[in-house]
Amino acid sequence: MNKIKCALIGSGNIGTDLLYKVLRSDVLEPVWMVGIDADSEGLARARDLGVKTTHEGVDGVLPHLAADGVQIAFDATSAYVHKENSDKMNALGVFMVDLTPAAIGPLCVPPVNLDSLAETMNVNMISCAGQATIPIVYGVSRVQGVDYAEIIASLASKSIGAGTRANLDEFTYTTSNAVCQIGGAKKGKALCIINPAEPAMIMRNTIYCMTEHEPDQEKITESLMDMIEKVQRYVPGYRLVNGPVFEGNKVAVFMEVAGLGDYLPTYAGNLDIMTAAACRTAEMYAEKILRGEMQLVAEAS
Amino acid sequence: MTNSDLAGRKVLVHDMCLRDGMHAKKEQITTEQMRAFAQAMENAGVPMIQVTHGAGLGGNSLQHGFALHSNEEYWDAVAPVLYNTVMSVLLIPGLGTMNELRVAYDHGARSVHVATHSTEADTSPQHIACGRELGMDTSGFLMMAHLNTPSGLATEAKKMESYGAQTVYVTDSAGYMLPEDVTQYVTALRNELDDNTEIGFHGHNNLGMGIANSIAAVRAGASRIDCSVAGLGAGAGNTPLEAFVAVCDRMGIETGCDMFALMDMAEDLVFPMMDHIVRIDRSSLTLGYAGVYSTFLLHANRLGEKYGIPPRDILIELGRKKMIGGQEDMIEDTALSMLKERDSAA
Repeated sequence: MNKIKCALIGSGNIGTDLLYKVLRSDVLEPVWMVGIDADSEGLARARDLGVKTTHEGVDGVLPHLAADGVQIAFDATSAYVHKENSDKMNALGVFMVDLTPAAIGPLCVPPVNLDSLAETMNVNMISCAGQATIPIVYGVSRVQGVDYAEIIASLASKSIGAGTRANLDEFTYTTSNAVCQIGGAKKGKALCIINPAEPAMIMRNTIYCMTEHEPDQEKITESLMDMIEKVQRYVPGYRLVNGPVFEGNKVAVFMEVAGLGDYLPTYAGNLDIMTAAACRTAEMYAEKILRGEMQLVAEAS
Repeated sequence: MTNSDLAGRKVLVHDMCLRDGMHAKKEQITTEQMRAFAQAMENAGVPMIQVTHGAGLGGNSLQHGFALHSNEEYWDAVAPVLYNTVMSVLLIPGLGTMNELRVAYDHGARSVHVATHSTEADTSPQHIACGRELGMDTSGFLMMAHLNTPSGLATEAKKMESYGAQTVYVTDSAGYMLPEDVTQYVTALRNELDDNTEIGFHGHNNLGMGIANSIAAVRAGASRIDCSVAGLGAGAGNTPLEAFVAVCDRMGIETGCDMFALMDMAEDLVFPMMDHIVRIDRSSLTLGYAGVYSTFLLHANRLGEKYGIPPRDILIELGRKKMIGGQEDMIEDTALSMLKERDSAA
């Protein structure tokens, strides 16, 4: 089967983990990896895997995109530079999957809204915490109204790269917004904790939902189990640790995300849930392109 | 008076009742109580008071509890009665944001503690720079300092200094440190930081070391000490301000505060506000002994009662799992897991 050729921008934790996911895809083929540091470990790994690399940033890959037939790009850099990266790619007719919290395109959580995404040249993956928690918020809100949802993501310090550390405010805003827009809560809030414990702790996520009326415990539990199973199809280490706990109108769910250990060890489930979701989303668009249902058009920025 | 080696040293005391004390009050301090307290602090010559939700900007949440009022309402109650006393706020990146800091400035805040865990200073550069751009007195606040080494903490402090922090705090969030520990940490920072950068110490009294630790910090070169009147704060409380000022007075350390006014405040204003007596009891002592975040105290007490598990057991387990400030959700999670384990063992 034909594969759609891809460029990965960003050679940090997320970009490098993503590389392994894309390599395994039936419809995607990574051909370029872009970094800004010649000594980056991610670029070295990419070269070893037969992927072309540049350490001159996005501008280093632009002249090669057409010749190498690149149609999809992933951006795993920083919210601060994403728009510029995206404009440059779109201008050459390359579809952009955004793994930064820039959120200039429609938001995507695959098990919730992948099938209903609009025609676009830029799709946003929110944040690792968003990918890990919004399926749960949606699992409650599709049963009954949720006035308020709050998510707390605890991440291992070693899994958090420079880009994420410099984007904590954007992480907060983008994730809170997505908890409402995609999760279906009327109001939302996102908190992020970085824990340096050794041995490194597995990514944990706690989701609180305040339902409008008394929660239907049976229906909510059934709905949550269904959502968890859907996420497990692309992130096998997504696991319910405790709950759902019902206390008045509050529903509390305690999750854990173990990764596959592609780049960082299994504690860094935050990488997997983001990269696996991005890969799944890109595959959906790749399949459309391969079936001729989607035309990529160069867009003037 | 005692002829101390510290005679003549100047220390800026920073009161935490209306921020750390919010934890001890389950965030239920009224705007009237805040205003009366702030007025008394102004009258007693206390140079700085912190006023926010216990978890700082953005703290109102299921995770950290909803306060009686918004931060804006609290600031608007307090700011009009302050003339010489500066109002400060707490900002923990990942919870609070720069936009909220700008709002705090608009409501009269002129100083900020930008707080990170003791190993994660590099989550704070934007927030520290934002404080400086606003013209605020900006401190870096390295929480759970005992979970880093003295030299490791000095490295993190140096980062905060490079982002623009004018003061960096050794923050003993768990009340775990002994005076000799404080000496080591503060000395490590003093050796690493520029002479112009101040060092602060924020203690908790869980092992009864609040005052001794604060004095050790001053001796090692700290010039800012966080306290709270009557110790109103998380765990067994902060270093009691009135007692610290009395000790400083005896040692000839200058705080500029009216000691008798502070004693009266503790007795007549703060003590009557307490829902429980903030003291060293078996739970708060466990915090200090096991090195657990002081704010976990009341959550562990409540959940221990709900699930029939001794709070002390929950706190020790949280210490073993190395949970840090902001992971309050893991208290219920831990209690539930302990319950499962107990049931499967039975």
